[in-house]
Amino acid sequence: MNWASPSAFFAMGGYALYVWGSYAVAAACIVWELAALVHRTRAIRRALGARELKEAA
Amino acid sequence: MTSAQSIADRSEAPGAPIWLRYASPQTFFPLAGALIPWFAAAAALLCAFGLYLAFFVAPTDFQQGEAYRVIFIHVPAAWMSMFLYVVMAFWAGLGLVLNTRLSGMMASAIAPTGAMFTFVALWSGALWGKPTWGTWWVWDARLTSELILLFLYFGFIALKAAIPDPRRADRAGAILALVGVVNIPIIYFSVQWWNTLHQGASVSLTRAPAMAKTMLLGMLVMALAAWMYSFAVCFARVRSIILERERDAAWVESMRSNR
Repeated sequence: MNWASPSAFFAMGGYALYVWGSYAVAAACIVWELAALVHRTRAIRRALGARELKEAA
Repeated sequence: MTSAQSIADRSEAPGAPIWLRYASPQTFFPLAGALIPWFAAAAALLCAFGLYLAFFVAPTDFQQGEAYRVIFIHVPAAWMSMFLYVVMAFWAGLGLVLNTRLSGMMASAIAPTGAMFTFVALWSGALWGKPTWGTWWVWDARLTSELILLFLYFGFIALKAAIPDPRRADRAGAILALVGVVNIPIIYFSVQWWNTLHQGASVSLTRAPAMAKTMLLGMLVMALAAWMYSFAVCFARVRSIILERERDAAWVESMRSNR
């Protein structure tokens, strides 16, 4: 176990800005990409007038 | 009719070899749809396991302290940024040679994800450089060539968006993507070819890795998660692109009317 307490975990040995800054921006990029993808998928399906497309399996 | 066109046409025919059959947007569309949940689930599980290893199993580095934990984001993102570019250029080039419709769509689907990983690699690199090198950025060969990679992705996306005819956009984009491939070995070997502030490879196929086993494992699991994520996202995006481009095709029409 690396961390004596939750606050030690969040402090990251004094490097919180750098470590959490990396992980937070990576997470934000992924959320942003997924949101853009959902938006794009909904837009084309709406344009086709079909919420559900019947797919041949 | 050229031989390239005949390959594209044969891919639609029933009884075509399997790799050719899935070269058509119509047959690839449901296949991609069926694979997405598996890749997404694998990505989520691997990411959770990788983060557990990254923060609770991998030990503190004796030189860098906790700052090194940026590695579990930085290295997988940097690997994906290069790998996705090669895959994107491969599909773009294949589309140029064989004139298959799906190839250009695949290349378009990969570009935003590649750009995203490139940005994350640069960002996390800056946040790692500050505490370890004392600077957010230097114009060294590794950092500069990775920045050029980001501009290549942006250029590819912008060029394709600027040309209204999608097949012409595919061809123009393919040429840009193929010319840009020269940047990939430059990024990869930059730390050997030039004196850079960026360190050399810690992991290689020919030497024992220069890091603790649990650190390496965490990095590899995060890299695998990034792979699975890329598959899921690119397949989802290519499905949207297929619908956008083939909206007037009979097979898309039939999916709508079966509702």
